[in-house]
Amino acid sequence: MTNVETVIDVKGLTKVYGDKTVVDHFDLKVPRGAVYGFLGPNGSGKTTTIRMVCGLLVPNDGAGTCLGFDVIKESAEIKKRVGYMTQKFSLWEDLTIRENLEFVARMYQMDNRNERVDETLKDLGLFARANQLAGSLSGGWKQRLALAACMMHEPELLLLDEPTAGVDPKARREFWDTIHDVADRGVTILVSTHYMDEAIQCDYIAYIAYGKKLIDAPSHELVDRVGLHTWRVEGKGLSALSKKLTGAKGVENVARFGTALHISGMDADALRQAISPYLNDETLSWQEKKPGLEEVFIHLMTGSEDNFK
Amino acid sequence: MSVLSYARVKAVLLKEFVQMRRDRMTFAMMIGVPIMQLILFGFAINSDPRHLPTALIDRDQSAMSRSIIKAAENSTFMNITEHPKTDEDAENLIREGKVNFILMIPENFARDLVRGERPQVLLVADATDPSASSGAVNSMREIVSLGLRRDLQGALSDLADKPPAVDVVLHKRYNPAGITQYNIIPGLLGIIIAMTMTMITAVAITREKERGTMENLLAMPIKPMEMMIGKVAPYVIIGYIQTLIVLLASEFIFDIPMSGNFSTLFMAVTLYIIVNLMIGFFFSSVAETQMQALQMTFFMLLPQILLSGFLFPFLGMPRWAQMIGQCLPATHFMRLMRGIMLKGAGSADLFASFWPLLVIMVVVGIFAMLRYKQTLD
Repeated sequence: MTNVETVIDVKGLTKVYGDKTVVDHFDLKVPRGAVYGFLGPNGSGKTTTIRMVCGLLVPNDGAGTCLGFDVIKESAEIKKRVGYMTQKFSLWEDLTIRENLEFVARMYQMDNRNERVDETLKDLGLFARANQLAGSLSGGWKQRLALAACMMHEPELLLLDEPTAGVDPKARREFWDTIHDVADRGVTILVSTHYMDEAIQCDYIAYIAYGKKLIDAPSHELVDRVGLHTWRVEGKGLSALSKKLTGAKGVENVARFGTALHISGMDADALRQAISPYLNDETLSWQEKKPGLEEVFIHLMTGSEDNFK
Repeated sequence: MSVLSYARVKAVLLKEFVQMRRDRMTFAMMIGVPIMQLILFGFAINSDPRHLPTALIDRDQSAMSRSIIKAAENSTFMNITEHPKTDEDAENLIREGKVNFILMIPENFARDLVRGERPQVLLVADATDPSASSGAVNSMREIVSLGLRRDLQGALSDLADKPPAVDVVLHKRYNPAGITQYNIIPGLLGIIIAMTMTMITAVAITREKERGTMENLLAMPIKPMEMMIGKVAPYVIIGYIQTLIVLLASEFIFDIPMSGNFSTLFMAVTLYIIVNLMIGFFFSSVAETQMQALQMTFFMLLPQILLSGFLFPFLGMPRWAQMIGQCLPATHFMRLMRGIMLKGAGSADLFASFWPLLVIMVVVGIFAMLRYKQTLD
């Protein structure tokens, strides 16, 4: 075990492809034992950032350490201590489950290989199917196998790149239970996702869009820090109402959540002013609420999009 | 039956053009291969080779011996390139494949000729490739009598009249019966290995890239050298199996003599297999897809077949083609195999063909290591 308190400590990470800056001066500090959520839309640079942290991509600019090792010069040391689960299933589909795990075990030079593989298979509940080809597993099982494979060498840091994409809700829930178990054992986890309900389960959330970090805070402080105000309205004719309010002064965004509309703005008074003509409508029921992550991110996104253009 | 839709045909056609334009490698191959074939078949290959290198031992140094030498060169079959001092030196030259012929004129040739004693002129031909040597062998008697025609005028004219005044002795070495298989089968092993070994490793890594498993491999603590050895080693065994098949076939089906020793053969095969595997590894570090890797393999194979001396006599090619040929591993392997199997050459005789393979191996290995990326950049 290395003993650094800040497991990931990078500054100004930048990755440029051609004339496109995919990650733009990215700073990140991840304390030991934290579950750090990496949130952002598709193509926002989450994967690129993770790859730079574990030495799979060389940043064009910036520097930093991962587990105390230089991310540019000492990627070999980092690779030994990090478990990286790729977004796309990247184990060998034409190897059996056992063969895949044995290969990984050999790669990390584990001494008690057979026991570790057996143990992992039993924990996974795949012991009976160990000789089945990995390619024949369903999406949920593949994801569990991939997670088990990248944890076999007992890494200090887990980098999970959208681990729950395309996985059913039950499997997702079980997956997050596993993540919390692992974190309780002192393993640091950086997990990227675009599900808000998953982000809430993280200790910290960094929101990234268009290659830039928009906000980075402990998850319970995040909403307060942005200072957004939200009203929730239910009732009839919401589509029409939504059209009327969109773009009104003081209203920054209007979003539909199930049977309700959430109307948000930064300025509480201006927001109240904007909705006041409809507040006494009997067919509608209004309620001021604490904004959720989703509203906050839509708000952040709208702002950053303007910056980007 | 519905009528064919012009719009749909056009849609597919346009899509193909767009995709063809994006896939530069395939496009380059479609244009590059015919150009290469035109050049190779049009200029490099020569199935009736002339000006083949010849070692000369002229122990007579007379006007008559010079006439014969001149006639031999004028025939365009031979070019005197070496003047070995001893018979042994001459033998070495032909065994190493540096010359195709040895022309030997004995002492007192002119004196014996004048006395009507029918002296001998010896032509030793390397007959491993019958098509290279047959021209000179078949016309040597005529060449000699043509050459001596002027010398045998006047007082000596009666010698010319009752031919032949000279006893032309022909030695066809290594393949006296001129059996084509003797030349082709040992060389074929070189082509088989070049084709399969290069292809299999070229695909082995691009497959990881295409399936996305490369990212996983790169995230693990494996060094490029470990990767290369691990990727290449299994196929060395496949190469040995191929060699065994060809050797068994040449022994039991084609009756090709095995004059050399197996340890030299084993050395040559091992080296050559590794060279080809490294070329494959290099291709796979350059290519993005399996398709590209296969195209590169094919592009490499064409000159290996045509310029290596496999099908067409190497020394009969123009200089520039020989120079390209010297850079190809197959060329040196052809010489090694024919040298070992047909000429019974040992590793010392074949040093000239061993070291180029070593150089190619080191150079390709360095390039492969430099090109092999440890990141996804």
